[in-house]
Amino acid sequence: MSTEVAIAGVGMHPWGKWGRNFVEYGVHAARAALSDAGVAWTDVDLVVGGETVRNGYGGYVAGATFAQALGWNGARVATSYAACATGAQALDTARARILAGLSEVALVVGADTTPKGFLAPNAGERWDDPDWLRFRLLGMTNPAYFALYARRRMDLYGATPADFAAVKVKNARHGLHNPNARYRKEVTVDEVLGSAVVADPLHLLDICATSDGAAAVVVTSVDYARRHGLANPVKVKAISTVTPTFPNTVLDMPNLSTDPAGSAGEPERTFKESIGHAAYEEAGIGPEDVDVAEVYDLSTALELDWIEDLALCKRGEAEQLLRAGDTTVGGRVPVNPSGGLACFGEAVPAQALAQVCELTWQLRGQASGRQVEGARVGITANQGLFGHGSSVILAT
Amino acid sequence: MTETSPVIEGWFTTGPEPALIGSRCTTCGSTFFPRTAGFCRNPACSGEEFEDAELSRRGRIWSYTDAQYQPPAPYVPATDPYEPFALAAVELPEGIVVLGQVAHGYGVADLAVGQEVELVVEPLHADETGTRTIWKWRPVA
Repeated sequence: MSTEVAIAGVGMHPWGKWGRNFVEYGVHAARAALSDAGVAWTDVDLVVGGETVRNGYGGYVAGATFAQALGWNGARVATSYAACATGAQALDTARARILAGLSEVALVVGADTTPKGFLAPNAGERWDDPDWLRFRLLGMTNPAYFALYARRRMDLYGATPADFAAVKVKNARHGLHNPNARYRKEVTVDEVLGSAVVADPLHLLDICATSDGAAAVVVTSVDYARRHGLANPVKVKAISTVTPTFPNTVLDMPNLSTDPAGSAGEPERTFKESIGHAAYEEAGIGPEDVDVAEVYDLSTALELDWIEDLALCKRGEAEQLLRAGDTTVGGRVPVNPSGGLACFGEAVPAQALAQVCELTWQLRGQASGRQVEGARVGITANQGLFGHGSSVILAT
Repeated sequence: MTETSPVIEGWFTTGPEPALIGSRCTTCGSTFFPRTAGFCRNPACSGEEFEDAELSRRGRIWSYTDAQYQPPAPYVPATDPYEPFALAAVELPEGIVVLGQVAHGYGVADLAVGQEVELVVEPLHADETGTRTIWKWRPVA
């Protein structure tokens, strides 16, 4: 039995700081995706919304909010929350119902409007919540976690702050002509290194902002796509949403500690490695087949970690790929041709879907000004709080 | 009015040789920090009983950074104006990596991955009833 579903349409609301309600962004993206697909809203039989949240606390919106805003059409509804992997989990929910034959046409929407500055937990005293305790007991912000990973690259693999800056320079150039990117301006290594240090060794320009934005995907059964004249749609080959395997020995945000290594033996793969591995297994392909990748560059240094986690090179070699231009559009395996989070800023429930939108445009040859020529296979990767992560593989 | 006490109860001891208090599963021996109860997180273990276990006071730095901007609430700044502090994730012999602030007076220039540190207890901040303390990691001379 085929486990493929078709991506009939994609759409986004441009990322930025627009100061409006997230529902507006979501509806804009949804209508763009429906229009791209040539599918009428009344034909949609399933709506899956990404929950809009802060640092792990649910409760602001469900898929039904988007369904109502688009005009109740009687569709089934579901809502997903998986931190930064929310969009992928929502897509996975849509795929599951389609493959089960329970739905044919699904609209998957994620939208967010975000505050300025550090993401902080909700108000209130929560002495049993690690996401609250890490601020209260330690003053441990998100960039501080990113900085721990960056520092390890420096001390273990000889990475330099200039390497991290070069990731920003590359992504800024990639995003220059992306109409949905928030930041469309070239940046130099000196500008990155001259920006304030937030959490040593990371500078302000190494760390992604938080943004308003929305992304939507219309996903259908392959049969529906065929019946509606979509001759050769981009297909979803894999969606990995695996959890960690005990013991998870790499310190993850927002935890204060890791599982104990040793008592149960070392896991074969780290959590982030396992996310990509499961996607490759499901798609029946390997890293050598990947033409383009969209990875979660919450910091510049994290992009380098992801390149290795996805096995696009060996551990400790991502800087070599970067320096050789392999990860630039035109190189061997371009990474973040959209401009990545460096150019977008993070809109949590929309971001994993934005990655899918970009790969869809890349695989259709429609990524104007940033096109990876001849791309046929693309992979996404991200990780969020509390054991969430995702990797989606698309192919023509 | 100037009582000194831990910012959180039951997470660390405060004697001359302070230590973090973890939970050791009496069935499989896995040690967890912070303390846990109810059920063992080792998927191969059905243990439901734990005993308190003081963790090793010394470990090696897994990685480190600092907070050059004042973190948002619920962080409570120790000083006004704000003074940056360093943070370290430290790998203990029990196989656990534990985060902590770095002892007062030490910055990232004093730290390296793999370096040995030991646990100390220092003031975190003051509130209306006195000084609240926390564990910190201090480089071993």
